[in-house]
Amino acid sequence: MSDPVRALSGVSDKGFATVAMAGPRGMITLRGDLASAAVKKAVKAATGTAVPARRRILAEGARAAAWMSPDELLILVPFETAAATVAALQAALAGAHHLVADVSDARATFTIRGAGAEQVLMKLCPVDVATLAEGEIRRSRAAQAACAFWRSAEDEFTLVAFRSLADYVMAILDNAARPGSALFPA
Amino acid sequence: MSTRLSRGGRLIDRAKPLSFTFNGRRMQGYAGDTLASALLGQDRMMIGRSFKYHRPRGVIASGAEEPNGLVGLGTGGRFEPNQRLTTTELFEGAVTVSQNHWPSLDFDIGALNDRFARFLPAGFYYKTFMFPRFAWKHLFEPVIRRSAGLGRVPADRDEDRYEHAYAFADLVIVGGGIAGLAAALAAGRQGKRVWLIEQGAHWGGRAPVDGIQIDGQTAEAWMKTAVQDLEAMANVTLRLRTMAAGLYDHGYLLGYERLADHSPGDGRPRHRLWRIRAGHVMTATGAIERPLSFAGNDIPGVMLASAVRDYVVNWAVSPGDRTVIVTNNDDAYRTALALLDAGLTVPAVIDARAEVTGDLPAAVRARGVRVLAGHGIAKVTGEKRVTGVSLCVQAGEGAEIESLACDAVAMSGGWSPVVHLWSHCGGKLIWDEGAAMFRPDPSRPATGADGAAMVTAIGSANGILDPHEALADAHRAAGGKGRAPGAAAEAEAPILPVWIMPAAAGPALRAKMWLDPQNDVKVSDVQLAAREGYESVEHTKRYTTLGMATDQGKISNINGLAVLSEALHKPIPETGTTTFRPPYTPISMGAIAGEARGEIFQPLRRSPMHDWHDGHGAHWEPVGLWRRPYCYRRGGEAVLEAVHREIRSVRTAVGLLDASTLGKILVKGPDAGRLLDMLYTGVMSSLPVGKCRYGLMCSENGFLIDDGVVARLSEDSWLCHTTTGGAERIHGWMEDWLQCEWWDWKVHTANLTEQFAQIAVAGPNARKLLEKLGGMDLSREAFPFMEWRDGTLGGFAARLYRISFSGELSYEVAVPASQGRALWDALLAAGGEFGVTPYGTEAMHIMRAEKGFIMIGDETDGTVIPQDLNLGWAISKKKADYLGKRAQERSHMVDPGRWKLVGLETLDGGVIPDGAYAVAEGVNANGQRNVQGRVTSTYFSPTLGRGIAMGLVRHGPDRLGEVIDFPLVGGGAVKARIVDPVFYDKEGGRQNV
Repeated sequence: MSDPVRALSGVSDKGFATVAMAGPRGMITLRGDLASAAVKKAVKAATGTAVPARRRILAEGARAAAWMSPDELLILVPFETAAATVAALQAALAGAHHLVADVSDARATFTIRGAGAEQVLMKLCPVDVATLAEGEIRRSRAAQAACAFWRSAEDEFTLVAFRSLADYVMAILDNAARPGSALFPA
Repeated sequence: MSTRLSRGGRLIDRAKPLSFTFNGRRMQGYAGDTLASALLGQDRMMIGRSFKYHRPRGVIASGAEEPNGLVGLGTGGRFEPNQRLTTTELFEGAVTVSQNHWPSLDFDIGALNDRFARFLPAGFYYKTFMFPRFAWKHLFEPVIRRSAGLGRVPADRDEDRYEHAYAFADLVIVGGGIAGLAAALAAGRQGKRVWLIEQGAHWGGRAPVDGIQIDGQTAEAWMKTAVQDLEAMANVTLRLRTMAAGLYDHGYLLGYERLADHSPGDGRPRHRLWRIRAGHVMTATGAIERPLSFAGNDIPGVMLASAVRDYVVNWAVSPGDRTVIVTNNDDAYRTALALLDAGLTVPAVIDARAEVTGDLPAAVRARGVRVLAGHGIAKVTGEKRVTGVSLCVQAGEGAEIESLACDAVAMSGGWSPVVHLWSHCGGKLIWDEGAAMFRPDPSRPATGADGAAMVTAIGSANGILDPHEALADAHRAAGGKGRAPGAAAEAEAPILPVWIMPAAAGPALRAKMWLDPQNDVKVSDVQLAAREGYESVEHTKRYTTLGMATDQGKISNINGLAVLSEALHKPIPETGTTTFRPPYTPISMGAIAGEARGEIFQPLRRSPMHDWHDGHGAHWEPVGLWRRPYCYRRGGEAVLEAVHREIRSVRTAVGLLDASTLGKILVKGPDAGRLLDMLYTGVMSSLPVGKCRYGLMCSENGFLIDDGVVARLSEDSWLCHTTTGGAERIHGWMEDWLQCEWWDWKVHTANLTEQFAQIAVAGPNARKLLEKLGGMDLSREAFPFMEWRDGTLGGFAARLYRISFSGELSYEVAVPASQGRALWDALLAAGGEFGVTPYGTEAMHIMRAEKGFIMIGDETDGTVIPQDLNLGWAISKKKADYLGKRAQERSHMVDPGRWKLVGLETLDGGVIPDGAYAVAEGVNANGQRNVQGRVTSTYFSPTLGRGIAMGLVRHGPDRLGEVIDFPLVGGGAVKARIVDPVFYDKEGGRQNV
């Protein structure tokens, strides 16, 4: 029977790449005028980075700012500091037209690691993964689920999806990485 | 008889014998065999029967064009019908069964059709099935059901797995023959990202078989070096067993990789569908040889000349000791030479051309073979295999002048470039009179978004059959630097187009000349179609079934349209070809589905409390992609019993509902109130901070699309609750208006649906339960109905909404999703003394119906406006505009005859069936009974102990007390009284305590 086995442990390392459900991460949606001084300053204070350019993610340690759309950023911080960061961003942007919302609980994060990591994404996302630059984030879909991903380290991708789909995303990643199915067998 | 030769066979490994079965008989082949070569090597000439007349059928070709060689392959979960023998690699233990015969391949009842062939002419089905009507059900359908289709449908679940993969390339070259390899070398050396895909298991195409020399080496040696060079290029990807199935707009190419067809069960995916974005596509797909149309050309043992050569050279399989060759071109003489080199006999080469002067014929004559110029085959003798041929003059009517005994006939009617991919996206063809072929017209290619050619055909796919010229073409097309590889091959004299053999054959012969051996279409059928007025080749195809089914006429189409052209007295290009549609050859359903099967067939959205529900008897209901508990069954409880228990608990104690799936959209900004006033029929801008209001949303056409409670969070922000299924749609709806129409309004939105777990705590004990958790003042005075409060409840940072969909005292508690399960557990633990009971969606539905609350999707169906539902109170009369307002003023929308919402109470206390219609007097123009209303929601109310329903009834609100009839399927009717839709606690005292 070929039905994929759901990764109960949240880690799957039997395949040609290791797939793992990552722990909770602070995530904040920030919408506003990304070119404004107020947003630049608020983002700098929250993440230590500049406002990322189109389709870019800028990281500073555990914090990062990712471009989502022409007027939307995703702010990444440690989970425990999300509420404080939300408050700080709201305070910094008071007076400017903006929206700041904590979405830490609305997301699930995965890492895909190993020499075959790229091939796992090639099976699920209509993205030219090979040309995805360092520091580039791509909003796409993984099979039937919306997602965003970027190269988070050498041979490692971080993928973010909606919380309710965590089991599905884990299952399709695990399935894509199954032994014997590498796209470019070594 | 066909047999395995003792020497040779460039693709087989005699050290690795493989065993397999055909119709239960054990057989043997070698690694490197195809099923076709293995069967022929065991003298299995007849391998199936044709579709219509059940005529004996043997293998004709050696590749993807094969029309006859189809078998059921595998067993159980790996059984698949219509597997092509010529392109299926032999593997140990392969189980094959022949198709389309009963009771056995050798003795078949359906073959009687052949005796009555004159009663089954072209268009037989169309003509027969026009009338009478009753015959369809009792005669035609049962018979057709038994005889239609090739092969048997698999009965078991597919054991294999499949997947998709995405790839991107500057250039995809389709076809790994010498042209494809040369183009890949040229493009690869320029550093382009190149994919070279080949449908077969070997590189090199026909060249090694045809004995071509390239750059002073054998084609085989050149090809090996070329592949090594390409493998060394990091920018080049090589894929064998990968067929380009279809080409679509914007360079979207589907590649069908057969990873494990030759090694079933080895753990790899069986097929992989590559979804490739190609900057440019080159088709190096080669050419397919055409048969000749002579009487008896469908008898097993009559094969394409190139295929005979392939079987001898590639697999050391002789189709027979004596093979007669019949041709209209020089290329077929290569087959004569290959047979002679293998020590076999060629009794004669029958050449339709009046003069035969080329180098290849000269070489054949020099080996002592008779060449009969200006001759043709009058007919083939034999039934289940060829026993001989009788010869005639090609120009004549087919008078026999000589007969020759033989085991096989190798025929060649010329070559047709494989133009399928070229044509898929609109590339046009030209008729090359001299070469007698349709070839790609380079001035009319398929174009990309930039208007430039998206596809280039190269080599023989481009109509260039000479290998030297083909290599030069490929090299040039790929922008190759320097000298192209050079090939040496014998020069060939021109072809003579021959569409019927002999040219003046009479009806008896024409009725035995097969054009399409799979679908049993003969020259006489196409000519009949022409006589009956079928002038379009597309119509003729459908009328005669020429070129249909699994092979899509790869060998038959050109011959068929040439015969049609002659019959219509039109030039061939005027008749044209049928449309080339993807896929090139059939691809598996599994490959199309990819990974989407079983548990990951479709995403399943899980609420934060999903696992609890799952562990506590949840009877699931799909809502969008979510699963929500319909009810929780305890012990041996029936579903309905559980629902009624849950309702009684909520009405008398307290219940918990997982409401996390409801949409929650944050709308913020200076113009947020203005936006919401446009989106909702009511006024949201005036809602005070801290309060909630129920709102309706309509489409521009006035129809209800969603509803929910809106909470004003701050001066410039609102939280809009939507239905579970509406969250994404309504968020998109908001963004659509903001981005496309009101782009200058200062509003941001965020879909926070998944950020929060939300639990409805409903029932007379709701307040007591929450107060036990503690931390917030939940009194009626401090926290009135239709307000919200932030606070800490039992240690949880929570937002509470005092809203009620059940009609009971009710709070909805929202906490971050990661806290949802903990809150749920805490409520259950604290609620024991208050009789806390989790309830599901059905209890919610029934309770709201008891209260007369509408449900989007029940009371609405895309044709209902708020006014139909007596929701005028939720529509602002003061506002200048809202989405749907103008539409609701149209004449039909204000028609007093519109069906309106009422309650329905059955006279006998029973339940009206779901979807039932209320009938009125008389019949309509179609003779159907007039109707005056329909049921929208109907339940048994455990609270009231009787059936209740809501429905839309003509003039309903004016007819309170009237009794109307709802007829039942199967006779009888339910009588129901029109009543107020609020069945329970009309004053609303229970929720406002």
